[in-house]
Amino acid sequence: MATAAMAYGSSIASHGKDMVNKELHRFVSVNKLKYFFAVDTAYVAKKLGLLVFPYTHQNWEVQYNRDVPLPPRQDLNAPDLYIPTMAFITYVLLAGMALGIQKRFSPEVLGLCASTALVWMVIEVLALLLGLYLATVRSELSTFHLLAYSGYKYVGMILSVLTGLLFGSDGYYVALAWTSSALMYFIVRSLRTAALSPDSMGGPSSQQRVQLYLTLGAAAFQPLIIYWLTFHLVR
Amino acid sequence: MAFTLYSLLQAALLCVNAIAVLHEERFLKNIGWGTDQGIGGFGEEPGIKSQLMNLIRSVRTVMRVPLIIVNSVAIVLLLLFG
Repeated sequence: MATAAMAYGSSIASHGKDMVNKELHRFVSVNKLKYFFAVDTAYVAKKLGLLVFPYTHQNWEVQYNRDVPLPPRQDLNAPDLYIPTMAFITYVLLAGMALGIQKRFSPEVLGLCASTALVWMVIEVLALLLGLYLATVRSELSTFHLLAYSGYKYVGMILSVLTGLLFGSDGYYVALAWTSSALMYFIVRSLRTAALSPDSMGGPSSQQRVQLYLTLGAAAFQPLIIYWLTFHLVR
Repeated sequence: MAFTLYSLLQAALLCVNAIAVLHEERFLKNIGWGTDQGIGGFGEEPGIKSQLMNLIRSVRTVMRVPLIIVNSVAIVLLLLFG
């Protein structure tokens, strides 16, 4: 009797698992997502260094292997989703710690901080998608690429908050200025090669101007949101 | 500004409602944003304005029925939970 029940239960479980997989595959293409998480330690270290100091990097092109972009393990310029995800979680924990130091912590604040940051990221990705659609930019940038580039600002936020906690308010502003300018340079260089190079010959100059405005707008938005999401943590 | 996920959903619902109530004949034609006024030929890339008009028209066509359902659910939830 017990073995029959166990066999029935395991068949139900496998059936449920197949159903979940099928539904998930309908919404999120898992293979494309796996591309963004194919990272290794050397890539993460070099990418973090690039985010903090991008001024000496020469070649910003994403390399291809017969029309398929190389995964982040083999190409430093490829965007990934591992760093943004880890940076987001670290930011939420750091916010909780900073609020605890100021004796303003409660468990609801943690969830509020996380959902605020998530909502701002959703708004930014939607605005970028709308801008790319209106400007008819035909490029390789999918939603996950935009998500990755929006997520890199969390690294800057973590550095600013850490410096602010260690060195006070002046340290916070210095770190904010440094990470903002580095991030703006990084975003402008990466998006220019990713969004404009397949289409840089065609189209009248007004299209290219709109694409340039889009890139500059995306870059200028970063320092604002970094300041907005972190200044209440460093008083 | 402390956002919750629920406020994002509310804001999105209100924005989509705002796009859906733009009447084609009474309003959009009068300001030159009607969809039969903007087709600029089959030449080069469509400009921003025609892309925007296409976006408005497609949002209105696609979201008409789901908006009815989502609005009803929102009304019931707001009545029940304030």
